[in-house]
Amino acid sequence: MTGPLGLPANVVYATAGIYALLVLATLIVLVLRWRNPGVRYQELADRTDSWWWMIGAFTLAVLLNQTVAVVFLAFISYLALKEYLSLIPTRRIDRGVLLFAYLAIPIQFYWAAIDWYGMFIVFVPVWMFLFFPAFMALRGETQGFLRAVGTLSWGLMMTVFTLSHMAWLLVSGDKVNPIAGGVGLLLFLVVLTQFNDVAQYIWGKLLGRHKVTPTVSPKKTWEGLIGGVATTIAVAALIGPYLTPMDWLWSALAGTVLGIAGFLGDITLSAVKRDLGVKDTGGLIPGHGGILDRVDSLTYAAPAFVHFIRYFFYP
Amino acid sequence: MSQNPLVRLLRFLFFAVIVRAVILVALGLTVRHRERLPKDGPAVLAGNHNSNLDALAIMALMPPRLLPKLRPVAAMDYFLTGGFRSWFATNIIGIIPVKRGSGKEGGNPLQLAEEALDRGEILVIFPEGTRGEPETLQEFKKGIGHLAHARPNVPVVPVFMHGLGKTLPRGSLLLVPFNVIVSVGAPLYGTSSYSEFVSKLQRAIADLAAQEKLPVWE
Repeated sequence: MTGPLGLPANVVYATAGIYALLVLATLIVLVLRWRNPGVRYQELADRTDSWWWMIGAFTLAVLLNQTVAVVFLAFISYLALKEYLSLIPTRRIDRGVLLFAYLAIPIQFYWAAIDWYGMFIVFVPVWMFLFFPAFMALRGETQGFLRAVGTLSWGLMMTVFTLSHMAWLLVSGDKVNPIAGGVGLLLFLVVLTQFNDVAQYIWGKLLGRHKVTPTVSPKKTWEGLIGGVATTIAVAALIGPYLTPMDWLWSALAGTVLGIAGFLGDITLSAVKRDLGVKDTGGLIPGHGGILDRVDSLTYAAPAFVHFIRYFFYP
Repeated sequence: MSQNPLVRLLRFLFFAVIVRAVILVALGLTVRHRERLPKDGPAVLAGNHNSNLDALAIMALMPPRLLPKLRPVAAMDYFLTGGFRSWFATNIIGIIPVKRGSGKEGGNPLQLAEEALDRGEILVIFPEGTRGEPETLQEFKKGIGHLAHARPNVPVVPVFMHGLGKTLPRGSLLLVPFNVIVSVGAPLYGTSSYSEFVSKLQRAIADLAAQEKLPVWE
């Protein structure tokens, strides 16, 4: 069952579905502007425009071919690490060390691309984890050493290790997912995680009353969280059987994992931003903020989903 | 700057391809108040100076159609040391050379800069005069005050930049990517008091800096 570009037919339908949602969102913004001529809805319009760019780039890269997709995902990882290293306090002595941190990205994504799971899973949490502190120690500066080691290790895990799970899922997924391949699994993960963000936001706007984390992210409410996760579960149960090897019940469970993990990733990055005293992580994506503001939920959702499906559905 | 069309094409390609790829894609600029950038010359863009990439970053910020008009003002003794370096600085970067300290000898070190403004060009100038300690603002030199006074109708746009001093500081050949923040201030115009103008400009850039939440870098 293959469609254009040699893609599984279900992937083509799913992509068409994403664009249909995007057109719908754009129409809603237009209608809002038409009915309330005085209000500009600048942020909403910026956000929708940015969604067009992001979805356009993502679908183009992912559907074109696997190598382009892995390079694209590695580039996102690079942008995220760069944004992180630019936000946190760093030491001048570590400039050279940080260059090596960037070099870890192509290596980590190479393990994903050749589907060497054993190396992929230990490279950052074992080898890089051991390498960087020793490298810094050899440089000889002990002032601020622990902070430098801690922030770099955590940053590499958050921006390189977790996000590289998307690349490994894409490459390894073909052999467990005859109906839609690795592309189908990656679409399921990314589309639902982003959808979950939007759903939580909308439910929170509509019904939000009781704050979940008043000190970390005061706009997050229980109503938004529960409504968002429930919506994500429903959509997951609907599309999972077409994009993944899971039936509707397993898909619903995966949707629960994605919804909750996405929320946790979001508030974890919010805590970092609060600590640093910034509102957005950058200005790369108009209406959204920086790249980390957009992929924060994926930093949790990607590894959570990958290890969920690997445990239950990989041979 | 060379009039040779081939050299001009090389200059355009250097900025349109290499500089834009490095500055806009590999590093990434977060631009605040982009609308305050001049739409056309003559104008002066006055920035704080941390790195050899500063002028390139400001130039990458401007639309490519203005590239032929963009001229960084640069120290003669540093860039015009002969050979390829001089050729590159003059024809590809398109610098306007200034002889540091020549004002004290009675000459007008900024004569070439004034002539460029009269031709409608856009100058990129770093009133600190040197990169100095990366990411620290130093006392401004007075030359910008003289230039603004000599051409009082030309807007002087303050530009604060952060990040390039971490990416490529003085004395380092290692380019380590960091995001760059560029914050554009409202234009200032020259007054008869040079030093008053200079301190106003310095304050404007310090104010732009104060609006940013910048991480410690020591």
